[in-house]
Amino acid sequence: MPDTPDAIRTAALRKVYPAPGARRGAEQRPDIVALVGLDLTVGGGEFFGLLGPNGAGKTTTIGILTTRVKPTSGAASVAGADVVTNEVAVRQRIGVVPQRPNPDRSLNVRENLVFHAAYFGVARSVAARRAAALLDQLGIGDRGDAKVDQLSGGQQQRLMIARALIHEPRVIFLDEPTVGLDPQARHALWDILRELHAQGRTIIMTTHYMEEADRLCERLAIMDQGRLLALDTPQQLKTRAPGGTLVELVLDGDATAAASRARELAGVSSAEPQGSVLRVYADRGGELIPALIRTAGLEGRDVRDIHLSPPSLETLFISLTGRKLD
Amino acid sequence: MPSTSFTPPSTLRIFGALLRRDLHVTRRELPYFLVRTTLQPLLFIVVFGYLLPRMGFVGRGYGAALLPGIIAVSLTLSSVQSVALPMVQDFGFTREIEDRLLAPVPMRLIAFEKIVMGVLQGLIAAAVVLPMARLIMGPIDALTGAHALPVLLITILGAAAFSNLGLLMGTAINPQQIGLMFSVVVAPMIFFGCAYYPWQGLQAVPAMKYAVLVNPLVYVAEGMRGALTPALPHMSLLAVVGALVVLTGLFWTLGIRSFERRALS
Ligand SMILES: Nc1ncnc2c1ncn2[C@@H]1O[C@H](COP(=O)(O)OP(=O)(O)OP(=O)(O)O)[C@@H](O)[C@H]1O
Ligand SMILES: [Mg+2]
Repeated sequence: MPDTPDAIRTAALRKVYPAPGARRGAEQRPDIVALVGLDLTVGGGEFFGLLGPNGAGKTTTIGILTTRVKPTSGAASVAGADVVTNEVAVRQRIGVVPQRPNPDRSLNVRENLVFHAAYFGVARSVAARRAAALLDQLGIGDRGDAKVDQLSGGQQQRLMIARALIHEPRVIFLDEPTVGLDPQARHALWDILRELHAQGRTIIMTTHYMEEADRLCERLAIMDQGRLLALDTPQQLKTRAPGGTLVELVLDGDATAAASRARELAGVSSAEPQGSVLRVYADRGGELIPALIRTAGLEGRDVRDIHLSPPSLETLFISLTGRKLD
Repeated sequence: MPSTSFTPPSTLRIFGALLRRDLHVTRRELPYFLVRTTLQPLLFIVVFGYLLPRMGFVGRGYGAALLPGIIAVSLTLSSVQSVALPMVQDFGFTREIEDRLLAPVPMRLIAFEKIVMGVLQGLIAAAVVLPMARLIMGPIDALTGAHALPVLLITILGAAAFSNLGLLMGTAINPQQIGLMFSVVVAPMIFFGCAYYPWQGLQAVPAMKYAVLVNPLVYVAEGMRGALTPALPHMSLLAVVGALVVLTGLFWTLGIRSFERRALS
Protein backbone atom coordinates (compact mmCIF):
# COMPACT_ATOMS: atom_id res chain seq x y z
CA MET A 1 0.00 0.00 0.00
CA PRO A 2 1.46 3.41 -0.92
CA ASP A 3 2.19 5.64 2.03
CA THR A 4 -0.66 8.07 2.52
CA PRO A 5 -0.02 11.17 4.65
CA ASP A 6 -1.95 10.20 7.77
CA ALA A 7 -1.38 6.47 7.65
CA ILE A 8 -0.87 4.32 10.71
CA ARG A 9 1.52 1.42 10.81
CA THR A 10 2.54 -1.14 13.36
CA ALA A 11 5.19 -3.79 12.82
CA ALA A 12 5.68 -6.78 15.12
CA LEU A 13 4.22 -4.65 17.90
CA ARG A 14 4.45 -6.37 21.25
CA LYS A 15 3.38 -5.27 24.70
CA VAL A 16 4.04 -7.09 27.93
CA TYR A 17 2.69 -5.66 31.17
CA PRO A 18 4.53 -6.63 34.35
CA ALA A 19 2.70 -9.15 36.51
CA PRO A 20 0.32 -7.44 38.94
CA GLY A 21 1.79 -6.83 42.37
CA ALA A 22 5.22 -7.97 41.22
CA ARG A 23 7.45 -7.63 44.26
CA ARG A 24 10.60 -9.28 45.36
CA GLY A 25 9.97 -12.21 47.63
CA ALA A 26 6.36 -12.46 46.49
CA GLU A 27 5.25 -15.47 44.50
CA GLN A 28 6.17 -14.84 40.86
CA ARG A 29 3.12 -14.51 38.68
CA PRO A 30 3.53 -14.54 34.90
CA ASP A 31 3.72 -11.23 33.03
CA ILE A 32 0.70 -10.28 30.93
CA VAL A 33 1.27 -10.40 27.20
CA ALA A 34 -1.28 -7.94 25.85
CA LEU A 35 -0.02 -7.80 22.26
CA VAL A 36 1.80 -10.59 20.45
CA GLY A 37 3.52 -9.05 17.44
CA LEU A 38 0.78 -6.98 15.84
CA ASP A 39 1.17 -5.97 12.17
CA LEU A 40 -1.38 -3.43 11.07
CA THR A 41 -1.61 -0.79 8.38
CA VAL A 42 -4.36 1.79 8.22
CA GLY A 43 -4.44 4.12 5.23
CA GLY A 44 -4.73 7.87 5.55
CA GLY A 45 -8.39 8.91 5.52
CA GLU A 46 -9.56 5.40 6.29
CA PHE A 47 -12.36 4.59 8.74
CA PHE A 48 -10.97 1.58 10.56
CA GLY A 49 -12.61 -0.63 13.17
CA LEU A 50 -10.98 -2.74 15.84
CA LEU A 51 -13.08 -5.58 17.20
CA GLY A 52 -12.32 -8.10 19.87
CA PRO A 53 -13.54 -9.54 23.15
CA ASN A 54 -12.54 -8.09 26.53
CA GLY A 55 -8.81 -8.20 27.06
CA ALA A 56 -8.05 -8.66 23.35
CA GLY A 57 -5.57 -5.79 23.37
CA LYS A 58 -7.62 -3.08 21.67
CA THR A 59 -7.04 -0.41 24.31
CA THR A 60 -3.37 -1.35 24.50
CA THR A 61 -3.05 -0.90 20.73
CA ILE A 62 -4.70 2.50 20.90
CA GLY A 63 -2.60 3.38 23.95
CA ILE A 64 0.61 2.71 22.03
CA LEU A 65 -0.56 4.59 18.93
CA THR A 66 -1.52 7.59 21.06
CA THR A 67 1.89 7.55 22.85
CA ARG A 68 0.30 6.71 26.19
CA VAL A 69 1.61 3.15 26.44
CA LYS A 70 5.22 2.19 25.84
CA PRO A 71 5.64 -0.74 23.43
CA THR A 72 7.82 -3.58 24.70
CA SER A 73 9.19 -4.22 21.21
CA GLY A 74 8.29 -3.64 17.59
CA ALA A 75 7.47 -0.35 15.93
CA ALA A 76 4.47 1.90 15.44
CA SER A 77 3.99 5.16 13.63
CA VAL A 78 1.25 7.69 13.00
CA ALA A 79 1.50 9.91 9.92
CA GLY A 80 5.09 8.82 9.49
CA ALA A 81 6.10 9.80 13.03
CA ASP A 82 7.39 7.07 15.32
CA VAL A 83 5.35 6.83 18.53
CA VAL A 84 8.43 6.38 20.72
CA THR A 85 11.13 8.55 19.17
CA ASN A 86 8.86 11.27 17.80
CA GLU A 87 5.96 11.29 20.23
CA VAL A 88 5.41 15.04 20.07
CA ALA A 89 4.82 14.92 16.30
CA VAL A 90 2.34 12.09 16.84
CA ARG A 91 0.45 13.99 19.52
CA GLN A 92 0.19 17.05 17.26
CA ARG A 93 -1.97 15.07 14.87
CA ILE A 94 -4.25 13.04 17.07
CA GLY A 95 -7.47 13.30 19.06
CA VAL A 96 -8.37 10.60 21.55
CA VAL A 97 -11.62 9.41 23.13
CA PRO A 98 -10.57 7.19 26.04
CA GLN A 99 -12.45 4.07 27.06
CA ARG A 100 -13.11 5.54 30.50
CA PRO A 101 -14.01 9.24 30.75
CA ASN A 102 -11.17 11.20 32.34
CA PRO A 103 -12.26 14.84 32.32
CA ASP A 104 -10.30 17.49 34.21
CA ARG A 105 -12.49 17.72 37.30
CA SER A 106 -11.06 21.05 38.38
CA LEU A 107 -12.59 22.66 35.29
CA ASN A 108 -16.19 22.96 34.14
CA VAL A 109 -17.46 21.45 30.90
CA ARG A 110 -16.66 24.35 28.60
CA GLU A 111 -13.27 24.97 30.25
CA ASN A 112 -12.39 21.32 29.68
CA LEU A 113 -12.76 21.94 25.96
CA VAL A 114 -11.22 25.40 25.74
CA PHE A 115 -8.16 24.45 27.77
CA HIS A 116 -7.68 21.20 25.88
CA ALA A 117 -7.72 23.21 22.66
CA ALA A 118 -5.18 25.61 24.19
CA TYR A 119 -2.83 22.66 24.84
CA PHE A 120 -2.82 22.31 21.05
CA GLY A 121 -2.27 25.99 20.39
CA VAL A 122 -5.85 26.83 19.41
CA ALA A 123 -6.78 30.43 20.23
CA ARG A 124 -9.38 30.91 22.94
CA SER A 125 -11.98 32.64 20.74
CA VAL A 126 -11.77 29.90 18.11
CA ALA A 127 -11.95 27.21 20.78
CA ALA A 128 -14.97 28.81 22.46
CA ARG A 129 -16.86 28.86 19.17
CA ARG A 130 -16.00 25.25 18.40
CA ALA A 131 -16.84 24.16 21.93
CA ALA A 132 -20.32 25.64 21.70
CA ALA A 133 -20.93 23.96 18.35
CA LEU A 134 -19.67 20.56 19.50
CA LEU A 135 -21.64 20.62 22.75
CA ASP A 136 -24.77 21.48 20.76
CA GLN A 137 -24.12 18.73 18.25
CA LEU A 138 -23.70 16.23 21.06
CA GLY A 139 -26.83 17.38 22.83
CA ILE A 140 -25.23 18.92 25.91
CA GLY A 141 -25.22 22.52 24.71
CA ASP A 142 -26.95 23.62 27.90
CA ARG A 143 -24.38 22.01 30.20
CA GLY A 144 -21.40 24.19 29.33
CA ASP A 145 -21.18 25.77 32.76
CA ALA A 146 -21.79 22.54 34.68
CA LYS A 147 -19.12 20.91 36.78
CA VAL A 148 -18.07 17.64 35.19
CA ASP A 149 -19.06 15.78 38.35
CA GLN A 150 -22.62 16.91 37.71
CA LEU A 151 -22.74 15.19 34.33
CA SER A 152 -24.19 11.72 33.92
CA GLY A 153 -21.90 8.95 32.65
CA GLY A 154 -23.20 9.28 29.10
CA GLN A 155 -22.84 13.06 29.21
CA GLN A 156 -19.24 12.71 30.35
CA GLN A 157 -18.67 10.37 27.44
CA ARG A 158 -20.06 13.03 25.10
CA LEU A 159 -17.71 15.57 26.63
CA MET A 160 -14.81 13.21 25.90
CA ILE A 161 -15.89 13.06 22.25
CA ALA A 162 -16.08 16.84 22.03
CA ARG A 163 -12.65 17.11 23.67
CA ALA A 164 -11.10 14.73 21.15
CA LEU A 165 -12.38 16.88 18.26
CA ILE A 166 -11.95 20.43 19.58
CA HIS A 167 -8.48 20.86 18.07
CA GLU A 168 -9.57 19.35 14.74
CA PRO A 169 -7.04 16.50 14.67
CA ARG A 170 -6.29 14.68 11.44
CA VAL A 171 -6.21 11.26 13.06
CA ILE A 172 -8.93 10.35 15.56
CA PHE A 173 -8.88 7.42 17.97
CA LEU A 174 -12.10 6.36 19.68
CA ASP A 175 -12.04 3.57 22.25
CA GLU A 176 -15.59 2.25 22.58
CA PRO A 177 -17.04 5.73 22.16
CA THR A 178 -20.68 4.65 22.09
CA VAL A 179 -20.69 2.66 25.31
CA GLY A 180 -23.15 4.30 27.68
CA LEU A 181 -24.66 6.56 25.03
CA ASP A 182 -28.41 6.56 24.45
CA PRO A 183 -29.58 5.82 20.87
CA GLN A 184 -29.97 9.49 20.05
CA ALA A 185 -26.45 10.40 21.15
CA ARG A 186 -25.11 7.34 19.36
CA HIS A 187 -26.66 8.47 16.09
CA ALA A 188 -25.37 12.00 16.64
CA LEU A 189 -21.87 10.56 17.03
CA TRP A 190 -22.27 8.43 13.92
CA ASP A 191 -23.24 11.56 11.96
CA ILE A 192 -20.23 13.42 13.30
CA LEU A 193 -17.91 10.55 12.45
CA ARG A 194 -19.28 10.21 8.93
CA GLU A 195 -18.71 13.91 8.38
CA LEU A 196 -15.15 13.73 9.70
CA HIS A 197 -14.53 10.76 7.45
CA ALA A 198 -15.89 12.67 4.48
CA GLN A 199 -13.42 15.45 5.30
CA GLY A 200 -10.64 12.93 4.82
CA ARG A 201 -9.64 12.34 8.41
CA THR A 202 -8.32 8.99 9.58
CA ILE A 203 -10.55 7.33 12.16
CA ILE A 204 -9.76 4.30 14.28
CA MET A 205 -12.54 3.06 16.48
CA THR A 206 -12.97 0.10 18.76
CA THR A 207 -16.43 -1.18 19.44
CA HIS A 208 -18.37 -4.13 20.72
CA TYR A 209 -21.34 -3.33 18.50
CA MET A 210 -21.22 -5.27 15.25
CA GLU A 211 -23.94 -3.19 13.69
CA GLU A 212 -21.92 -0.05 14.33
CA ALA A 213 -18.75 -1.56 12.90
CA ASP A 214 -20.65 -2.83 9.88
CA ARG A 215 -22.28 0.52 9.18
CA LEU A 216 -19.34 2.83 9.69
CA CYS A 217 -16.04 1.13 9.09
CA GLU A 218 -14.39 0.59 5.74
CA ARG A 219 -12.17 -2.13 7.12
CA LEU A 220 -12.29 -4.16 10.28
CA ALA A 221 -9.66 -5.99 12.25
CA ILE A 222 -10.80 -8.75 14.56
CA MET A 223 -8.33 -9.45 17.32
CA ASP A 224 -8.14 -11.75 20.30
CA GLN A 225 -5.47 -12.40 22.91
CA GLY A 226 -3.14 -9.83 21.36
CA ARG A 227 -3.34 -11.35 17.88
CA LEU A 228 -4.94 -10.31 14.63
CA LEU A 229 -7.46 -12.98 13.59
CA ALA A 230 -8.99 -11.37 10.51
CA LEU A 231 -8.77 -8.13 8.62
CA ASP A 232 -10.99 -7.09 5.72
CA THR A 233 -13.96 -5.03 4.67
CA PRO A 234 -17.17 -5.84 6.54
CA GLN A 235 -18.61 -7.25 3.28
CA GLN A 236 -15.71 -9.61 2.73
CA LEU A 237 -15.66 -10.66 6.36
CA LYS A 238 -19.32 -11.58 6.25
CA THR A 239 -18.79 -13.89 3.29
CA ARG A 240 -16.11 -15.59 5.36
CA ALA A 241 -18.54 -16.35 8.14
CA PRO A 242 -18.61 -20.13 8.41
CA GLY A 243 -21.25 -22.20 6.65
CA GLY A 244 -24.59 -20.54 6.99
CA THR A 245 -26.73 -19.88 9.99
CA LEU A 246 -25.53 -20.28 13.54
CA VAL A 247 -27.86 -22.30 15.74
CA GLU A 248 -27.04 -22.14 19.43
CA LEU A 249 -28.68 -24.60 21.80
CA VAL A 250 -28.39 -24.24 25.52
CA LEU A 251 -28.61 -27.75 27.02
CA ASP A 252 -29.17 -28.84 30.58
CA GLY A 253 -25.70 -30.36 30.81
CA ASP A 254 -22.45 -30.92 28.95
CA ALA A 255 -22.87 -30.64 25.20
CA THR A 256 -19.86 -32.72 24.03
CA ALA A 257 -21.70 -35.91 23.20
CA ALA A 258 -24.57 -34.11 21.52
CA ALA A 259 -22.06 -32.22 19.39
CA SER A 260 -20.50 -35.40 17.99
CA ARG A 261 -23.95 -36.67 17.05
CA ALA A 262 -25.01 -33.37 15.53
CA ARG A 263 -22.02 -33.43 13.18
CA GLU A 264 -23.47 -36.51 11.49
CA LEU A 265 -26.68 -34.71 10.53
CA ALA A 266 -27.10 -33.73 6.90
CA GLY A 267 -26.61 -29.97 6.31
CA VAL A 268 -24.51 -29.38 9.41
CA SER A 269 -21.16 -27.88 8.52
CA SER A 270 -19.81 -27.79 12.05
CA ALA A 271 -20.93 -28.43 15.62
CA GLU A 272 -18.89 -27.34 18.61
CA PRO A 273 -19.64 -27.80 22.29
CA GLN A 274 -18.76 -25.15 24.83
CA GLY A 275 -19.86 -26.23 28.27
CA SER A 276 -23.57 -26.73 28.02
CA VAL A 277 -23.83 -24.67 24.83
CA LEU A 278 -23.91 -26.42 21.49
CA ARG A 279 -23.02 -24.26 18.48
CA VAL A 280 -24.06 -25.61 15.12
CA TYR A 281 -23.48 -23.99 11.73
CA ALA A 282 -25.96 -25.18 9.14
CA ASP A 283 -27.07 -24.15 5.65
CA ARG A 284 -30.75 -24.53 6.39
CA GLY A 285 -30.75 -23.09 9.87
CA GLY A 286 -34.27 -23.16 11.28
CA GLU A 287 -35.37 -26.35 9.53
CA LEU A 288 -32.73 -28.26 11.42
CA ILE A 289 -34.02 -27.39 14.85
CA PRO A 290 -36.35 -30.40 15.38
CA ALA A 291 -33.54 -32.74 14.34
CA LEU A 292 -31.11 -31.04 16.73
CA ILE A 293 -33.54 -31.29 19.64
CA ARG A 294 -33.98 -35.00 18.91
CA THR A 295 -30.23 -35.45 18.71
CA ALA A 296 -29.74 -33.81 22.09
CA GLY A 297 -32.53 -35.98 23.49
CA LEU A 298 -30.72 -39.11 22.35
CA GLU A 299 -27.85 -38.07 24.58
CA GLY A 300 -30.26 -37.52 27.45
CA ARG A 301 -30.13 -33.71 27.21
CA ASP A 302 -33.05 -31.32 27.28
CA VAL A 303 -32.87 -28.09 25.33
CA ARG A 304 -33.37 -25.04 27.49
CA ASP A 305 -32.97 -22.29 24.92
CA ILE A 306 -32.40 -21.89 21.21
CA HIS A 307 -30.94 -18.94 19.38
CA LEU A 308 -30.63 -18.44 15.61
CA SER A 309 -28.21 -16.00 13.96
CA PRO A 310 -27.99 -15.53 10.19
CA PRO A 311 -24.47 -15.27 8.72
CA SER A 312 -23.04 -11.98 9.95
CA LEU A 313 -20.02 -10.38 11.49
CA GLU A 314 -21.37 -11.70 14.75
CA THR A 315 -21.23 -15.34 13.64
CA LEU A 316 -17.77 -14.82 12.19
CA PHE A 317 -16.62 -13.23 15.42
CA ILE A 318 -17.93 -16.12 17.47
CA SER A 319 -16.36 -18.71 15.19
CA LEU A 320 -13.01 -16.88 15.35
CA THR A 321 -12.87 -16.10 19.04
CA GLY A 322 -15.23 -18.69 20.53
CA ARG A 323 -16.86 -15.84 22.38
CA LYS A 324 -19.83 -13.60 22.01
CA LEU A 325 -19.35 -9.88 21.99
CA ASP A 326 -21.85 -8.90 24.64
CA MET B 1 -9.14 18.38 3.73
CA PRO B 2 -6.13 17.47 5.96
CA SER B 3 -3.99 20.47 5.21
CA THR B 4 -0.47 19.85 4.02
CA SER B 5 0.83 23.14 5.39
CA PHE B 6 0.68 22.21 9.05
CA THR B 7 2.55 24.46 11.44
CA PRO B 8 2.79 22.95 14.91
CA PRO B 9 2.19 25.32 17.83
CA SER B 10 5.31 26.40 19.70
CA THR B 11 6.30 24.60 22.89
CA LEU B 12 6.34 27.91 24.74
CA ARG B 13 2.76 28.63 23.76
CA ILE B 14 1.60 25.24 25.02
CA PHE B 15 3.58 25.73 28.21
CA GLY B 16 1.71 29.01 28.63
CA ALA B 17 -1.61 27.19 28.23
CA LEU B 18 -0.66 24.61 30.87
CA LEU B 19 0.34 27.42 33.21
CA ARG B 20 -2.90 29.29 32.56
CA ARG B 21 -4.89 26.20 33.47
CA ASP B 22 -3.12 25.91 36.81
CA LEU B 23 -3.35 29.63 37.51
CA HIS B 24 -7.06 29.47 36.78
CA VAL B 25 -7.57 26.56 39.18
CA THR B 26 -5.20 27.96 41.84
CA ARG B 27 -6.73 31.43 41.86
CA ARG B 28 -10.10 29.94 42.70
CA GLU B 29 -8.56 28.02 45.58
CA LEU B 30 -6.16 30.72 46.77
CA PRO B 31 -7.88 31.45 50.11
CA TYR B 32 -7.90 27.77 51.06
CA PHE B 33 -4.35 27.44 49.88
CA LEU B 34 -3.21 30.34 52.05
CA VAL B 35 -5.02 29.06 55.09
CA ARG B 36 -3.60 25.58 54.60
CA THR B 37 -0.03 26.72 54.27
CA THR B 38 0.28 29.86 56.39
CA LEU B 39 -2.08 29.41 59.30
CA GLN B 40 0.14 27.00 61.20
CA PRO B 41 3.31 29.13 60.87
CA LEU B 42 1.37 32.23 61.88
CA LEU B 43 -0.04 30.54 64.97
CA PHE B 44 3.50 29.57 65.81
CA ILE B 45 4.52 33.19 65.50
CA VAL B 46 1.72 34.30 67.82
CA VAL B 47 2.77 31.85 70.53
CA PHE B 48 6.57 31.88 70.24
CA GLY B 49 7.17 35.32 68.74
CA TYR B 50 4.58 37.26 70.71
CA LEU B 51 3.16 35.51 73.79
CA LEU B 52 6.19 33.70 75.20
CA PRO B 53 8.58 36.68 74.91
CA ARG B 54 6.03 38.84 76.75
CA MET B 55 5.66 36.20 79.44
CA GLY B 56 9.41 36.16 79.77
CA PHE B 57 9.81 32.48 78.95
CA VAL B 58 11.99 33.20 75.93
CA GLY B 59 14.35 36.09 75.35
CA ARG B 60 13.34 39.00 73.18
CA GLY B 61 16.07 38.01 70.76
CA TYR B 62 14.32 34.75 69.94
CA GLY B 63 12.09 36.52 67.45
CA ALA B 64 15.06 37.28 65.24
CA ALA B 65 15.93 33.57 65.07
CA LEU B 66 12.32 32.55 64.62
CA LEU B 67 11.19 34.86 61.83
CA PRO B 68 13.44 33.57 59.01
CA GLY B 69 12.64 30.00 60.05
CA ILE B 70 8.91 30.63 59.89
CA ILE B 71 9.24 32.09 56.40
CA ALA B 72 11.19 28.99 55.41
CA VAL B 73 8.52 26.66 56.82
CA SER B 74 5.67 28.46 55.06
CA LEU B 75 7.32 28.55 51.70
CA THR B 76 8.51 24.96 51.78
CA LEU B 77 5.19 23.68 53.06
CA SER B 78 3.28 25.48 50.32
CA SER B 79 5.68 24.41 47.58
CA VAL B 80 5.66 20.76 48.53
CA GLN B 81 1.87 20.68 48.91
CA SER B 82 1.04 22.64 45.80
CA VAL B 83 2.81 20.02 43.70
CA ALA B 84 2.18 16.82 45.66
CA LEU B 85 -1.56 17.21 46.27
CA PRO B 86 -2.57 17.94 42.64
CA MET B 87 -0.37 15.04 41.53
CA VAL B 88 -2.36 12.69 43.75
CA GLN B 89 -5.59 13.88 42.18
CA ASP B 90 -4.16 13.89 38.66
CA PHE B 91 -2.96 10.31 38.92
CA GLY B 92 -5.99 9.19 40.89
CA PHE B 93 -8.59 6.71 39.76
CA THR B 94 -9.75 8.65 36.72
CA ARG B 95 -6.28 9.90 35.75
CA GLU B 96 -7.36 13.45 35.08
CA ILE B 97 -3.90 14.36 33.87
CA GLU B 98 -4.46 12.38 30.65
CA ASP B 99 -5.79 15.42 28.80
CA ARG B 100 -2.55 17.27 29.49
CA LEU B 101 -0.38 14.26 28.72
CA LEU B 102 -1.85 14.38 25.21
CA ALA B 103 -0.47 17.90 24.69
CA PRO B 104 2.12 17.92 21.92
CA VAL B 105 5.10 18.69 24.15
CA PRO B 106 7.71 16.44 25.77
CA MET B 107 6.15 14.78 28.78
CA ARG B 108 8.62 16.25 31.26
CA LEU B 109 7.43 19.74 30.39
CA ILE B 110 4.11 18.85 32.04
CA ALA B 111 6.01 18.02 35.24
CA PHE B 112 8.21 21.08 34.89
CA GLU B 113 5.14 23.29 34.65
CA LYS B 114 3.96 21.89 37.99
CA ILE B 115 7.32 22.83 39.48
CA VAL B 116 6.97 26.38 38.21
CA MET B 117 3.55 26.55 39.86
CA GLY B 118 5.03 25.17 43.07
CA VAL B 119 7.74 27.84 43.10
CA LEU B 120 5.17 30.53 42.44
CA GLN B 121 3.02 29.38 45.34
CA GLY B 122 6.07 29.24 47.61
CA LEU B 123 6.80 32.85 46.70
CA ILE B 124 3.23 33.87 47.44
CA ALA B 125 3.30 32.15 50.83
CA ALA B 126 6.58 33.84 51.76
CA ALA B 127 5.26 37.22 50.63
CA VAL B 128 2.16 36.81 52.80
CA VAL B 129 3.85 35.47 55.92
CA LEU B 130 6.79 37.86 56.09
CA PRO B 131 4.84 41.10 56.63
CA MET B 132 2.27 39.41 58.87
CA ALA B 133 4.94 37.86 61.06
CA ARG B 134 6.74 41.17 61.36
CA LEU B 135 3.45 42.81 62.31
CA ILE B 136 2.68 40.30 65.04
CA MET B 137 6.17 40.19 66.49
CA GLY B 138 6.88 43.89 66.47
CA PRO B 139 10.26 45.41 65.62
CA ILE B 140 13.20 43.02 65.33
CA ASP B 141 16.59 44.69 65.70
CA ALA B 142 18.66 42.43 63.48
CA LEU B 143 16.08 42.33 60.67
CA THR B 144 17.16 44.15 57.55
CA GLY B 145 15.55 44.61 54.19
CA ALA B 146 18.87 45.50 52.63
CA HIS B 147 19.41 42.11 51.01
CA ALA B 148 16.29 41.71 48.93
CA LEU B 149 18.13 39.85 46.19
CA PRO B 150 19.52 37.10 48.44
CA VAL B 151 16.09 36.78 50.06
CA LEU B 152 14.52 36.28 46.64
CA LEU B 153 17.25 33.85 45.60
CA ILE B 154 16.86 31.70 48.71
CA THR B 155 13.07 31.80 48.38
CA ILE B 156 13.18 30.63 44.76
CA LEU B 157 15.82 27.98 45.39
CA GLY B 158 14.05 26.69 48.49
CA ALA B 159 10.69 26.64 46.69
CA ALA B 160 12.31 24.81 43.77
CA ALA B 161 13.87 22.15 45.99
CA PHE B 162 10.59 21.55 47.78
CA SER B 163 8.43 21.65 44.65
CA ASN B 164 10.60 18.89 43.25
CA LEU B 165 10.29 16.99 46.50
CA GLY B 166 6.52 17.42 46.09
CA LEU B 167 6.76 15.94 42.60
CA LEU B 168 8.57 12.93 44.00
CA MET B 169 6.19 12.49 46.91
CA GLY B 170 3.04 13.05 44.87
CA THR B 171 3.99 10.48 42.25
CA ALA B 172 5.89 7.86 44.25
CA ILE B 173 3.57 7.48 47.20
CA ASN B 174 0.28 5.73 46.85
CA PRO B 175 -2.63 8.11 47.41
CA GLN B 176 -3.97 6.41 50.53
CA GLN B 177 -0.66 7.07 52.25
CA ILE B 178 -0.14 10.71 51.31
CA GLY B 179 -1.63 11.91 54.62
CA LEU B 180 0.61 9.53 56.53
CA MET B 181 3.56 10.78 54.50
CA PHE B 182 2.95 14.33 55.59
CA SER B 183 2.96 13.31 59.24
CA VAL B 184 5.92 10.96 58.96
CA VAL B 185 8.17 12.93 56.62
CA VAL B 186 7.07 16.55 56.57
CA ALA B 187 6.38 17.03 60.28
CA PRO B 188 9.80 15.76 61.49
CA MET B 189 11.41 17.73 58.70
CA ILE B 190 9.88 20.90 60.07
CA PHE B 191 10.84 20.21 63.67
CA PHE B 192 14.39 19.18 62.83
CA GLY B 193 14.78 21.77 60.10
CA CYS B 194 16.41 24.51 62.16
CA ALA B 195 13.31 26.59 61.58
CA TYR B 196 12.59 27.26 65.25
CA TYR B 197 16.23 27.55 66.30
CA PRO B 198 19.44 28.47 64.46
CA TRP B 199 21.71 25.67 63.25
CA GLN B 200 24.50 27.20 65.32
CA GLY B 201 22.49 26.48 68.44
CA LEU B 202 22.71 22.74 67.78
CA GLN B 203 26.31 22.95 68.97
CA ALA B 204 24.71 21.88 72.23
CA VAL B 205 24.01 18.47 70.67
CA PRO B 206 26.85 17.90 68.16
CA ALA B 207 25.52 14.59 66.77
CA MET B 208 22.28 16.36 65.95
CA LYS B 209 24.10 19.24 64.32
CA TYR B 210 25.47 16.97 61.60
CA ALA B 211 22.48 14.63 61.38
CA VAL B 212 20.12 17.47 60.41
CA LEU B 213 22.25 18.30 57.38
CA VAL B 214 20.30 15.71 55.37
CA ASN B 215 17.21 17.84 55.95
CA PRO B 216 16.61 20.27 53.06
CA LEU B 217 14.68 22.67 55.25
CA VAL B 218 17.88 23.43 57.21
CA TYR B 219 19.35 25.16 54.18
CA VAL B 220 16.26 27.21 53.45
CA ALA B 221 15.98 28.35 57.09
CA GLU B 222 19.68 29.12 57.39
CA GLY B 223 19.68 30.85 54.01
CA MET B 224 16.79 33.02 55.18
CA ARG B 225 18.75 33.88 58.31
CA GLY B 226 21.74 34.83 56.20
CA ALA B 227 19.59 37.07 54.02
CA LEU B 228 17.17 38.57 56.55
CA THR B 229 19.27 38.78 59.72
CA PRO B 230 22.86 38.67 58.42
CA ALA B 231 24.24 40.02 61.72
CA LEU B 232 23.16 36.88 63.59
CA PRO B 233 24.92 33.48 63.30
CA HIS B 234 23.97 31.54 60.16
CA MET B 235 25.34 29.05 57.70
CA SER B 236 27.40 30.48 54.85
CA LEU B 237 25.15 31.56 51.98
CA LEU B 238 27.44 29.86 49.51
CA ALA B 239 27.01 26.52 51.26
CA VAL B 240 23.26 27.08 51.39
CA VAL B 241 22.97 27.87 47.69
CA GLY B 242 25.20 24.93 46.78
CA ALA B 243 23.17 22.52 48.90
CA LEU B 244 19.84 23.76 47.54
CA VAL B 245 21.03 23.47 43.93
CA VAL B 246 22.22 19.91 44.54
CA LEU B 247 18.99 18.94 46.33
CA THR B 248 16.85 20.49 43.59
CA GLY B 249 18.76 18.47 41.01
CA LEU B 250 18.46 15.29 43.03
CA PHE B 251 14.72 15.64 43.67
CA TRP B 252 14.08 16.55 40.02
CA THR B 253 15.97 13.49 38.81
CA LEU B 254 14.08 11.17 41.15
CA GLY B 255 10.79 13.03 40.76
CA ILE B 256 10.73 13.04 36.98
CA ARG B 257 11.60 9.36 36.87
CA SER B 258 8.72 8.60 39.18
CA PHE B 259 6.42 10.92 37.20
CA GLU B 260 7.25 9.21 33.93
CA ARG B 261 6.68 5.81 35.46
CA ARG B 262 3.22 6.89 36.52
CA ALA B 263 2.43 8.73 33.30
CA LEU B 264 3.40 6.01 30.83
CA SER B 265 2.32 2.39 31.24
N1 LIG C 1 -2.00 -1.11 32.86
C1 LIG C 1 -2.06 -2.45 32.77
N2 LIG C 1 -1.33 -3.22 33.61
C2 LIG C 1 -1.37 -4.55 33.52
N3 LIG C 1 -2.09 -5.23 32.63
C3 LIG C 1 -2.84 -4.54 31.76
C4 LIG C 1 -2.87 -3.11 31.78
N4 LIG C 1 -3.70 -2.69 30.81
C5 LIG C 1 -4.17 -3.80 30.21
N5 LIG C 1 -3.65 -4.92 30.77
C6 LIG C 1 -3.91 -6.31 30.34
O1 LIG C 1 -3.62 -6.42 28.97
C7 LIG C 1 -4.60 -7.19 28.30
C8 LIG C 1 -5.21 -6.38 27.18
O2 LIG C 1 -5.95 -5.32 27.73
P1 LIG C 1 -6.67 -4.20 26.86
O3 LIG C 1 -7.15 -3.16 27.79
O4 LIG C 1 -5.77 -3.77 25.77
O5 LIG C 1 -7.91 -5.01 26.25
P2 LIG C 1 -9.17 -4.51 25.43
O6 LIG C 1 -9.18 -5.25 24.15
O7 LIG C 1 -9.19 -3.03 25.35
O8 LIG C 1 -10.37 -5.03 26.34
P3 LIG C 1 -11.81 -4.38 26.66
O9 LIG C 1 -12.72 -4.78 25.58
O10 LIG C 1 -12.17 -5.01 27.94
O11 LIG C 1 -11.62 -2.91 26.78
C9 LIG C 1 -5.58 -7.64 29.36
O12 LIG C 1 -5.23 -8.95 29.74
C10 LIG C 1 -5.37 -6.68 30.49
O13 LIG C 1 -5.58 -7.33 31.73
MG1 LIG D 1 -10.42 -1.60 26.06
